Amino acid sequence: MYKIAVIGDRDSIYGFAALGLDTYPVSEKEEAARTLKTLAQGTYAVIYITEALLSLLTEEVAAYAEVKVPAIIPIPGASGNTGAGIRNVKKMVERAVGSDIIFNQ
Amino acid sequence: MAKTQVNPTRMELTKQKRKLVTAKRGHKLLKDKRDELMRQFLDLVRENKALREKVEEGLRKANGNFVLARAGMEDEAMNVALMAPRQEVYLEMTTKNVMSVDIPVFEYSTRTTDPHDIYCYGFASTSGDLDDAVKSLADLLPDMLRLSECEKSCQLMSIEIEKTRRRVNALEHVMIPNMQANIKYIKMKLDENERSTQIRLMKVKDMMLEEAHHYKEHAAAAE
Repeated sequence: MYKIAVIGDRDSIYGFAALGLDTYPVSEKEEAARTLKTLAQGTYAVIYITEALLSLLTEEVAAYAEVKVPAIIPIPGASGNTGAGIRNVKKMVERAVGSDIIFNQ
Repeated sequence: MAKTQVNPTRMELTKQKRKLVTAKRGHKLLKDKRDELMRQFLDLVRENKALREKVEEGLRKANGNFVLARAGMEDEAMNVALMAPRQEVYLEMTTKNVMSVDIPVFEYSTRTTDPHDIYCYGFASTSGDLDDAVKSLADLLPDMLRLSECEKSCQLMSIEIEKTRRRVNALEHVMIPNMQANIKYIKMKLDENERSTQIRLMKVKDMMLEEAHHYKEHAAAAE
């Protein structure tokens, strides 16, 4: 039985607590990296991470790209949408197809 | 030109031919796998894009609602209201095999079966905006889960497609031409050997006939 975690700055994620997701408010990079590592080893199948935090933890997140669990999904935070989520999808298309054929229309 | 050194023998030729057949078959299969993966990937990534746009828009609205709720309430009251969630979400994960890629399929269940049972606080001390905010987020949850499933699948598939493409290219542009060159080289060498044997035999035969019948001496005598 898996659970869902949300990690990011507190303002962006506290609402998810009401839905029954586990929220882990973090603010600085080291703390975030440590939290992510413990979460990934735990029973979480999905970890939502704010785009702002993702930009700090690119390497840490990339390590989980090839494994099935957990799925680390960027979501926009309270500070607004940085476009990192869509860029991520773009990168996947580029990797698979060789050039971006979905988004440049 | 064959870069690898091969012995020009019949045994080696048979071996190379057999390898070539296997390589060609593997190449065809991998190419089919790549094409099918690509088709599925493109479908999935289109869905992924649409979902992501929907979720990001929804989250933007939900965040706006939460800002509104925070503005109308004390920070402490807000924390207390959200401190003890009534709902809990459990995920059941199964995997689906798509062309040898295991992609996850999530099925989620909530602790209480009533989907409207999301308000974990008393309505007396909280503002109505908070209800809206929580509701907007709760409505988004199924889409968010579908998005995570979709995005992880896309990620895994893109890696597999890249790998398969490399294999197909390696077979098509390196392995198969190499083997064909080897086979050609061995064939030419064998033919060459055969010709030289033939010539040698003819020469020897000439010499033996000359020895037995002394054609040259007879010819000289006749003149």
